[in-house]
Amino acid sequence: MLLLDRHGPKEDVWERAETLCQAETNFVLTPFGAIAESPLVQTDLRLAALLEPNRALDEVTPFFDRLDMIVVHFPSAADGRGFSTARQLRQAGFKGILRAFGPLISDQFPQALACGFDEVEIIGAAAARQPVEHWMEALKRISFLYQRDYGAQDSIPEQRLARAAHV
Amino acid sequence: MYLYDEFDERLVRERVAQFASQVERRLSGALTEDEFRPLRLKNGLYLQLHSYMLRIAIPYGALNARQLRRLAHIADVHDRGYGHFTTRTNLQFHWAKLKDVPSVLGLLADVGMHCIQTSGNCIRNVTADPFAGVAFDEIEDPRPVAELIRQWSSLHPEFEWLARKFKIAVSGAAQDRTVMKSHDLGVRIVRDAASGAIGYRILVGGGLGRSPMEAQVLRDFLPREDLLAFLEAALRVYNLAGRRDNKWKARIKFLVLDIGVEVFRARVEEEFARIDKTKANANPAEEARIASFFASPPYESLPEISRSLEQAVARDEELARFVGNNLTRHKRKGYAALTISLKAIGGIAGDISSGQMRAVADLAELYSFDEARVTYAQNLVLPHVRLDDVPLIFARLKEQGLATANVGLITDIISCPGLDYCALATARSIPIAQALSQKFADPARQKDIGELSIKISGCVNACGHHHVGAIGILGLEKKGAESYQITLGGEAGDDYALGELLGPGLPAEKVPEAVERLVAVYLARREAGENFIETTRRLGLAPFKTAFKEIADAVA
Ligand code: HEM
Ligand code: SF4
Repeated sequence: MLLLDRHGPKEDVWERAETLCQAETNFVLTPFGAIAESPLVQTDLRLAALLEPNRALDEVTPFFDRLDMIVVHFPSAADGRGFSTARQLRQAGFKGILRAFGPLISDQFPQALACGFDEVEIIGAAAARQPVEHWMEALKRISFLYQRDYGAQDSIPEQRLARAAHV
Repeated sequence: MYLYDEFDERLVRERVAQFASQVERRLSGALTEDEFRPLRLKNGLYLQLHSYMLRIAIPYGALNARQLRRLAHIADVHDRGYGHFTTRTNLQFHWAKLKDVPSVLGLLADVGMHCIQTSGNCIRNVTADPFAGVAFDEIEDPRPVAELIRQWSSLHPEFEWLARKFKIAVSGAAQDRTVMKSHDLGVRIVRDAASGAIGYRILVGGGLGRSPMEAQVLRDFLPREDLLAFLEAALRVYNLAGRRDNKWKARIKFLVLDIGVEVFRARVEEEFARIDKTKANANPAEEARIASFFASPPYESLPEISRSLEQAVARDEELARFVGNNLTRHKRKGYAALTISLKAIGGIAGDISSGQMRAVADLAELYSFDEARVTYAQNLVLPHVRLDDVPLIFARLKEQGLATANVGLITDIISCPGLDYCALATARSIPIAQALSQKFADPARQKDIGELSIKISGCVNACGHHHVGAIGILGLEKKGAESYQITLGGEAGDDYALGELLGPGLPAEKVPEAVERLVAVYLARREAGENFIETTRRLGLAPFKTAFKEIADAVA
């Protein structure tokens, strides 16, 4: 397993549980369905939900206040639904941590960050094959994007505009 | 023409370095073949029957002389001395060597070109009207919008891993010349009748392949400033809901079919309403910057009619045919758009040698303000030539074997590479096109037959657009032998129609005869001034089926 944010590898503090009552710590990551079904009991419990890519946004938004983190599952690297899910969650106002979870490839790390993820968790063989350096190098490969609204303040159109204002 | 600034160039060069790193990681085993394959495809590199194929993007078909010369150089040094233009206005080199690819990509970057997103499940090279900026029936030049979309769709962080490929076409004229209704998404520049404002009609859900569908209207009038936000919304809905379980049901057309265009529209509009337009849409200053590259070139004031051309035409029958078939009306007096047919009799549709590329480069530079265009019909266009210069250009083209006077005629055949190159092919298509071209070679006969589009694909994927050919030919495999299905009545433009099957498949050698029979029905039954497709529409399939049956029965 490999967990990284834009600064590098990090420790995972989240305990995985199938249901809320199984949890032993105060940092619990469970499937979204388990949270949606259970009433709020403990107020000091920090909650994270694992979201399948086909979950409708409207089902999730009512739980934003209760969730510290949403983990979006990528069933495969080629399945890019999660990128749009992240965009929708951010657009709908989710301010907590967003994690991409699945067998991603390092070239997708900058894309995940641009779409609103904070971190990526890589599992299985994909994590073993792709060391941390690959992920960090991937962030430096493409300096600027054409898209204005994907995180960076220094998108190509913004820079062109700034330049035109200077001359 | 749009020219790269340092940002465009940097992005393309960084992408080349990124691809080099991906190749390295594949070789080291950090990436599996399954992981590497889509990365390779998104950089235009296919594995074909005999070798790799490299597909180079020619955004909205625009080329200048420097780029053409560079393509000629690549053809000579890194391929087999020729290239192949496709129905999506890309150029393919069919004999690419893997070890050469990084240097080829570097050579392309030098002249503002790339292979980015010419394959793979992402937004593909955007196409436009080949007569953009010069057509007399134009509402507005579509190239600035096409270039904006090119930039917006390049390396899009959210849309590089779609369920399937996504093709966009842009048109700004009264008449569609982009096969827009075969595209996943179409952007049609329109003028709002009430306000007179210019905006876009957005079409969605077209596609050919094994389940051809006609695109439908997604938004009748979109204010121009909202284009990118709207595209973002449409792509997001597709990215989230497009089928991922079956590659053959994954195009957006299936989603639109499944949920219906009304539901699809409602979802797009809902998403569009949520998007922060001020951030998502293009900045007007940036739009103006892009548009400035497409200002009209410094035309001369010329009389409407060229006396010298008229005199030359009177003397030279061949030139007369060329002028009759290969010139398109230009918005400026004394100018024409000149189509260079890449359909020499018996040649390979869309193929061009390095020498021909250089010759076209010279002509573009000398006579067409340094511009050439690629058309979806696999021909080239010199978009602004003076009528006075046509005899000279014709002579130069003739030296190069490029003066075939058959644009729009029966020998102007669209054909995919088929079994001669393609790993997915079920039959050959090039030899069929060659045989037909030879059969109808006689110029007088071609003239008599008039406008008629034959389109040939080597398998159900329909790269050769056979569904929208007046006569469509689809090569299949039946019990180990090639078998060709023939359809009638397809149309690519505003009167979009899918061809209908005439009967059972035929062996290759019977195809020319079958086509001849269909043409004979037309010649016998046409009314004055009626072209082939009009006659098929009036008569319906029946008489053509009868003629076809005689051949099919003889085979069976
Ligand atoms: C030689 C390697 C090629 C391969 C492996 C290939 C593969 C494919 C496949 C699989 C499809 C169907 C996609 C679908 O329906 O989802 C397709 C469609 C298409 N291809 Fe190709 N192709 C090749 C070459 C070409 C060439 C040479 C052209 C142009 C002459 C071309 C233009 C197109 C077009 C216009 C479509 C449109 C069908 C649509 O939009 O549904 N392709 N291709
Ligand atoms: S139609 Fe089929 S044979 Fe022809 S290029 Fe496309 S995939 Fe290959």
